[in-house]
Amino acid sequence: MTARIQVQQEARRGGLIEVRVLIQHPMETGFRYDSLGRQTPRNVIHRFECRYGGVEVFRAAMGAGIAPNPYLRFFVRAVESGDIECRWIDQENVSGSVSARVTVTG
Amino acid sequence: MSTPHKQGARRRALASLVVLLALPRRVLAQPSVNPAPGIDARMLNTPQGTLQSILNGAPMRRGRVRLELPPVADNGHSVPMVVRVDSPMSDTDYVRRIDLVSEKNPVPLVATFFLGPQTGRAEIESRVRLNGTQRVTAIAQLSDGSFWFDAVDIEVSEAACLDGS
Repeated sequence: MTARIQVQQEARRGGLIEVRVLIQHPMETGFRYDSLGRQTPRNVIHRFECRYGGVEVFRAAMGAGIAPNPYLRFFVRAVESGDIECRWIDQENVSGSVSARVTVTG
Repeated sequence: MSTPHKQGARRRALASLVVLLALPRRVLAQPSVNPAPGIDARMLNTPQGTLQSILNGAPMRRGRVRLELPPVADNGHSVPMVVRVDSPMSDTDYVRRIDLVSEKNPVPLVATFFLGPQTGRAEIESRVRLNGTQRVTAIAQLSDGSFWFDAVDIEVSEAACLDGS
């Protein structure tokens, strides 16, 4: 699974950090049939979490209602310089992660 | 000593006891706290059931939440969505969670976002699948336990073929 994270490199203490994550994933609904009429099993990223300096700051429970190649944009309050790490897992137990480093000034 | 017949009865009694012990767990395991829609959707297959599992009997009021969806979507496979909640996101007054509920999707609960004071701003953007023209509801639970919502009507020209049709 390829994924991309976009975070500004520097932030001021107490300010906001915008986190944008894009994950390449089909988010199979389980309602689709292939050319041979076989049902494609449901496979979605059902759990997504974001940790900042090792502490969970944001979590999402997702379903087939989230579009393929899920995109998420959310905010995190800048506290200390550290890694913003996002992890997720799908129903075939395939997990992935991306991380970015943020330097907090002031 | 017990006859084979009596032993069978005891086994049955034991088996029913095991079932009885297992049952409440099953009921408790229903997603009243964290409905991960991909996993356990059995109880959540109606919008009403979904709302019930989120609210658990509590009232919800319109306001404080703003759900942004385009009025018309050509393609239901990927519809841009922004949800904002008017909250200071301080240590004492913040948004705990935001639920997105669809009226027509086979699984009404689209997603649940869990936030906290560390989130800084209660604003989330994503892209959703919508199975036809419908009303989408965003429900936010604040740190004081109160529920607020916003509902938006959206016309979807080409539904996401969620039901295989």
